[in-house]
Amino acid sequence: MSVLVVVECADGEVKKSSLEVASYGAQVAAQLGTTATAIAVGEANEANLAKLGEQGITKVLYDAEPRLKDFVNNAYTKLIATAAEQEQAKIIVLANSNIGAAVGSRLSVRIKASLATNVVEMPKISGDQFTVKRGAFSGKAFSDVVLSGDRKIIAVKKNSTEAQHDAGKTAEVTSFSAQLSDADFADAPKQVVMQDQAGGVLLPEAERVVSGGRGMKGPENWGLIEDLAKALGAATACSKPVSDVDWRPHHEHVGQTGITVSPNLYIACGISGAIQHLAGVNSSKVIVVINKDPEAPFFKAADYGIVGDVFDVLPKLTAAVKALN
Amino acid sequence: MKFLVCISNVPDTTTKITFTPDNKEFNKAGVQFVINPWDEYALTRAIELKEAAGSGTVTVLNVGEADTEPNIRKALAIGADDAIRVNAAPSDAYFVAEQIAAIAKEGAYDVILMGKESIDYNGFQVHGMVGEMLGIPTVAPAMKLDMSGNTATLEREIEGGKEIVSVNTPFVASCQQPMCEPRIPNMRGIMTARTKPLKVVPAVGEPARTTVAEFALPPKKQGVKLIDPENAGELIKLLRNEAKVI
Repeated sequence: MSVLVVVECADGEVKKSSLEVASYGAQVAAQLGTTATAIAVGEANEANLAKLGEQGITKVLYDAEPRLKDFVNNAYTKLIATAAEQEQAKIIVLANSNIGAAVGSRLSVRIKASLATNVVEMPKISGDQFTVKRGAFSGKAFSDVVLSGDRKIIAVKKNSTEAQHDAGKTAEVTSFSAQLSDADFADAPKQVVMQDQAGGVLLPEAERVVSGGRGMKGPENWGLIEDLAKALGAATACSKPVSDVDWRPHHEHVGQTGITVSPNLYIACGISGAIQHLAGVNSSKVIVVINKDPEAPFFKAADYGIVGDVFDVLPKLTAAVKALN
Repeated sequence: MKFLVCISNVPDTTTKITFTPDNKEFNKAGVQFVINPWDEYALTRAIELKEAAGSGTVTVLNVGEADTEPNIRKALAIGADDAIRVNAAPSDAYFVAEQIAAIAKEGAYDVILMGKESIDYNGFQVHGMVGEMLGIPTVAPAMKLDMSGNTATLEREIEGGKEIVSVNTPFVASCQQPMCEPRIPNMRGIMTARTKPLKVVPAVGEPARTTVAEFALPPKKQGVKLIDPENAGELIKLLRNEAKVI
């Protein structure tokens, strides 16, 4: 038995969330006295896959089938199921991403495994009892979930665990084929459209986020948010009212019915802090709130705050960051 | 076209979450339950597609005990034709998926829609499980859904972009914004919903694969440290030297 880790790659690079997952899987393997093998999906580069040794992976399986470059639910599920079979994996770890969740849920039925998504900590293993802590109630709470059965799949929330780096260690990269046929690619996407990312930082994976609310007064003022985000290497985000009125695209909406993020730093500008918004951000490590209303409920959930006008404060912060660099 | 829309009954988004004293269960006392907000996209889009086609049916499915019926009636008031309630507590995603798969198969539904995830359990699992159980494609999470005959064209959100996917019926899709503007019931809908069929059926299949041992609330913050707006740059120094996050 071993631990199988699903590693997502794009443009040859292993995604940050997959480095976290690799490290998570290797630590679970160590706890169980076994080794962790990775299966790569997406457009991978063998040299980068070998570097997964730094996260504690001993072997990486890679199927160079070109149609696996883009996400195809059925093909990915079969690929991972075949790898799990070959490696006799009892535990499969993947990222709680749009790919990980889509594949993980199909896989759980196919290989008869129990599944926990949105997992935020290392598992507690005591005898046969396998318990994981996961986010529930859209970030408002956590639950300890007991996974039953012989096989288990864990989808780890982004930014909730840290990737270990043991410099210089390499993993053995082995070619692998799941004998995929045309039928496995029947649900392949017709077209993939990537957004133009301001500053190139993706919100779900971002370590720092600068977010704006109605207090920004209009989309024309978003330059202030973008300037600070750029200086910090942060992603931009917004509150629900802002995406509802189309000031910003809906994929930037952070909150209970948008996305939940857990960056190291979340800077909220002109956001009052409704309970639905707080749900989306309260697993951030450090929260900064800038609001001219000292009674804004967000201050109660913040680590640092500035009671002031965002239009005065933001340029000062951007200048201070630039001065620091 | 036969649409099956799966809805879950969840605490209203404004709910302050608390648990029973032993932390084993969610404390329902005084909590307003609503149709899961993500499921409202699935429901409204199914009704829109049925109306555009000028034929078809929209059936609402809920796995839940009798206390979910007010929200099932609300879904009927919004425009679904009939409803099925599987009379069981939705113990985990696998159990719920089994119920949906059994009903979808029996009723030979063409399009099975649900929200991206429920805002209480946040599993984001049921769509894939149902698709796998039925051996049909799943598109999740879908931001756009159009139908032309038996072929659907969907936009699937991926990290940093979207995919255009086309599938034939039957298929499963989990829905999210900006698919449509969720509808609210009107007076006529509320009146007609009272007499629309709501069938209650027993649960089938194997028991849940996961169980919740304990709930916990996030740790409380220590309290906010305020910085003078005149000296805002001080914040950046604190973030670097004290919080060590930049």
